[in-house]
Amino acid sequence: MPRDSASATAALEIEGLAFAFGKRQVLRDIALRVAPGELCVLLGPNGAGKTTLFALATRLYAARQGRIAVFGHDLATEPREALAQLGVVFQQPTLDLDLTLAQNLAYHAALHGVAPRDAAPDIEAALRRAGLADRKRERARALSGGQRRRLELARALLHRPALLLLDEPTVGLDIDSRATLLADVQALCRERGVGVLWATHLIDEAEAAARIIVLHEGRIRADSTPQQIAAPAGSLAAAFAQLTRRAAA
Amino acid sequence: MTTRLATASRAAWLTCLAGIIRREGLRWLGQRGRFLSALVRPLLWLVVFAAGFHFVLGVSIIPPYRTYIPYEVYIAPGLIGMVQLFASMQSALSMVYDREMGSMRLLLVSPFPRWFLLTGKLFAGVAVSIVQVYIFLAIAWFWDIRPPAIGYLCVLPALILAGLMLGALGLLLSSLIRQLENFAGVMNFVIFPMFFTSSALYPLWRMQEASLTLWRAAEANPFTHAVELIRFALYVRIAPLSALVVCAYLAIFLAGAIFFYDPGRGLLARRLGPGME
Repeated sequence: MPRDSASATAALEIEGLAFAFGKRQVLRDIALRVAPGELCVLLGPNGAGKTTLFALATRLYAARQGRIAVFGHDLATEPREALAQLGVVFQQPTLDLDLTLAQNLAYHAALHGVAPRDAAPDIEAALRRAGLADRKRERARALSGGQRRRLELARALLHRPALLLLDEPTVGLDIDSRATLLADVQALCRERGVGVLWATHLIDEAEAAARIIVLHEGRIRADSTPQQIAAPAGSLAAAFAQLTRRAAA
Repeated sequence: MTTRLATASRAAWLTCLAGIIRREGLRWLGQRGRFLSALVRPLLWLVVFAAGFHFVLGVSIIPPYRTYIPYEVYIAPGLIGMVQLFASMQSALSMVYDREMGSMRLLLVSPFPRWFLLTGKLFAGVAVSIVQVYIFLAIAWFWDIRPPAIGYLCVLPALILAGLMLGALGLLLSSLIRQLENFAGVMNFVIFPMFFTSSALYPLWRMQEASLTLWRAAEANPFTHAVELIRFALYVRIAPLSALVVCAYLAIFLAGAIFFYDPGRGLLARRLGPGME
């Protein structure tokens, strides 16, 4: 694991995190770190615990064991400071389809305490970046799947978060839309120094990351660069298959 | 890069609240079907049901009325309550639906505290239900439901209080009941029992004659007190006991909802758990 940025405050730092639904242990002993400006992919098959990890990191429910901090703000003790720095794109679509694009973004700005008047220039800019400027008065329902995702990404960035969490953001998108979304996120890391944790079960998305964390059956199986993870098995796909073999548990 | 700390100023809290209410209003306007059915339902009761029972049920002079009144006039406050009851359950339903669709999660990752977000959502639902009530009252005027002009103003605080109480009940139910998206279930187990064992359709003294058990249930029914609160306010009177009871139920339901939505309780986790993977 690269430790060169250890002295700087991590965008996201998780230590000793465990979580159970009733008796079913979903996450065990999770420790990870995302540096500012880093694109980190959380790679795991369905049911690995990715969505639970995201629910905990977005404080949908609280972790009873372990610590989650966003830029040094503990989610349990300083939730406001932590959540203010956090942008999220959820796995399920969360747009109001009956509202216009601009109304969707204005609602999000309000949830972050930014009045419509102050948010207007940012909303314009966000729609321009997403290539949807000329459609701002249309209902979100009129957008294609790829456009909806771009709008959700634009919305997640509206309050200028320094940490972005993406939970399988490319589900249901075609190849072009996936590539565009990935390129957008890479540019965000590079140009705006946003730290990104991107959950996926798709290996080709992981290859583009600076770092991959492999999650399987609630545990972290690997945490390194794509090259280092791929090396022993010859390819990332083979390495992933080895790491997530059920017998290995 | 600077991140704005949203919760720092008081204006930001108001912005957040206004944003939640605005969204609820826009959604309501966007859903024409919901808008129409919310209006048609009480009007049907008023025009068809009340007309049919006009000669069957006699209502003697009971406060807040000063004269004999036709049955339509008697059930109008009950129908106002019905508008609010349906609105609150629909709002609860949309909450569950929202949560499945993920927009409840969008709301809950806002940096504002959860009690504030939930209460904001509650106020948004109440605001929409009050608009519905006034539209109903405007149409009912043509059916000779004509309370004193000042009554339209006096009823506003009663509508806010009753709406909040019913909305908080919906919020509590949304945190407790998994299958709430089945609206037929909510109708059968929440709306109909509450509506029929209340003073909405007939005065409590009539119920007491019929069945003591039913009367006791109606006395304890929060909806009875919501309706009486509205009835008295509409005729420029105060119903202190009903006001107190409604406030008490509001406190209980809201505290329950905030308790069950608390991230630390893990109830949400248990409820959402298996479906989330």
